[in-house]
Amino acid sequence: MKLSEVVQKLSLQVVTGENNLEVDVTKGYCSDMLSDVIGNAEEGGLWLTIQKHQNIVAVGVMKALAGIILVKDRQPDENTITKAREENLPIMISPLGSFELAGRLKALGIEGD
Amino acid sequence: MAAKFIPHQELLFELKVADVMQTAVITVSPDQKMGELRALLRDHQISGTPVIDGDRLVGIISIEDLIDWLNSGGGEDRIRDRMTLKPVCFYPEMLLVHAIKQFDRSGYGRFPVVKQDSDQLVGILTKGLIIEGMLRRLSKELLDEEIRQYRASHIFEDIVAEYKEIYLTYEIIGKDFDRAGQGSTQMKKNLKRLGIRPDIIRRLAIASYEAEINSVIYSDGGIMIFRVTPFEVSMKVKDRGPGIEDIEQAMQPGWSGAADWVREMGFGAGMGIPNIRKNADRFELESIPGVGTTLTIRIFTGETEREHEAV
Repeated sequence: MKLSEVVQKLSLQVVTGENNLEVDVTKGYCSDMLSDVIGNAEEGGLWLTIQKHQNIVAVGVMKALAGIILVKDRQPDENTITKAREENLPIMISPLGSFELAGRLKALGIEGD
Repeated sequence: MAAKFIPHQELLFELKVADVMQTAVITVSPDQKMGELRALLRDHQISGTPVIDGDRLVGIISIEDLIDWLNSGGGEDRIRDRMTLKPVCFYPEMLLVHAIKQFDRSGYGRFPVVKQDSDQLVGILTKGLIIEGMLRRLSKELLDEEIRQYRASHIFEDIVAEYKEIYLTYEIIGKDFDRAGQGSTQMKKNLKRLGIRPDIIRRLAIASYEAEINSVIYSDGGIMIFRVTPFEVSMKVKDRGPGIEDIEQAMQPGWSGAADWVREMGFGAGMGIPNIRKNADRFELESIPGVGTTLTIRIFTGETEREHEAV
C-alpha cells in the first residue's frame, strides 16, 4: 500500500515530506528506543513513536524508513521539522496511541517485523 | 493547491519571479483593433497579452475578452475598449511562493511583471513558465549531484597507485544532542558519492550512528575517522574520556550507564554496542579509564568472506 493511502485512510496529518508519499509500505515498527529501531526496524517501513526530537530524523535516514508517525498528537520539535525537510523524510501525526494505531495499520495489511 | 504541482516545496522560497518569468513578451497597444488581436493570439498560440502604451503597462487583454467581442458582433472596437484596466502585477523580486498563491486565488492564467513601484513591463509569468522554471532548477540540482557522484566514484579508478585509501574525519562534540548524528549522516552521503555499495553503507552508517551517539552521551567528545579502500571500509571512533571501567559489562546487551534524561530521549537502551557488532565484520573496543575509549570496526566490501562474530 502506498504511504499516501495510509495517510488518507488513517487521517494522518502530514508535517514534512508531503511529496514523498508515493512509496510502498509493507512493514511497521513501534518503539521509543532509538537503538531498538536501528537494530530491528525494516528498511522502507513505518515507525510509530512518541519521540519528537531531531535525532529521529537521523534514525529514519539511517534505516531508510518510509516515514515516521508521531503518536498521541505529539508535535515534532522545530529542528526536527527542519532536518526532515532537508532529508525529505515524511513525518506524520496521529491523535491515536501506538497500540491503537498499530492495530489499524495491521488491519490495512501492514505487518510487523 | 500549490503543493500539488510543486515537487520540492522549499524551492518556492528560493526562487523569485525573475528566475522563471519570460522577458521577451508579446504586447499590443491600446489603439490596435480587436481583429488584430485575434491574429496575434492565434499566431503566437497565447491566450492573452499585456497592453502597452509607450513603455507603460495600461492593461491586459485575454482570449475571453476576444470571445466577448466576437459574441457582441465583432465591431470596430479597439483594444482599449475591451481590455482589463490596472491588472494585478508581480514584481521581479517577489518570491515564487507568493506568486503561486495569487494564481490560486485569482484564477487568472497570466500576470504581467513590472519593475517595483512603476508600470514598466519587464516580463510575464504563467503557470507553464513556473513549471518550466521549477523543472529547470530541479534537473540542475540532480545533475550537480550526479556530477559530484560521478567524479567521486571515479577517484579509485582515475588515481593510479599500488594502494589507495581515503580518510574522512568528523569531530564529535560531547553532550551536544542537537548535532549528534551529523557526522554519520555526512559520511553516508560521501560514501554514496564514492560509489560504495548501498548495503555496505547502511551497515557502516548504523554502526557509526550508534558509536557517535555513545560518544555524545558518555564522553567529553572525540573524533570519528572513516577509512575507505577498494576492499573495505573501516571506522575508528576515539573519545577523550572518561573511559569505560568495565568493558565486559558495557558490552552486555541491555546494560546501559545512561542518565534518566538521556533514556527519556530514547537513547541508552543498552543496544548500541550490540547493534555495532552486528553490522561489523571486525569489532574492537578498548578503553582506558581516565583516558578514553577507542572503537574500531571493519566491514569488507570485496569477496572476502564475512566473519560472523557472536553477539
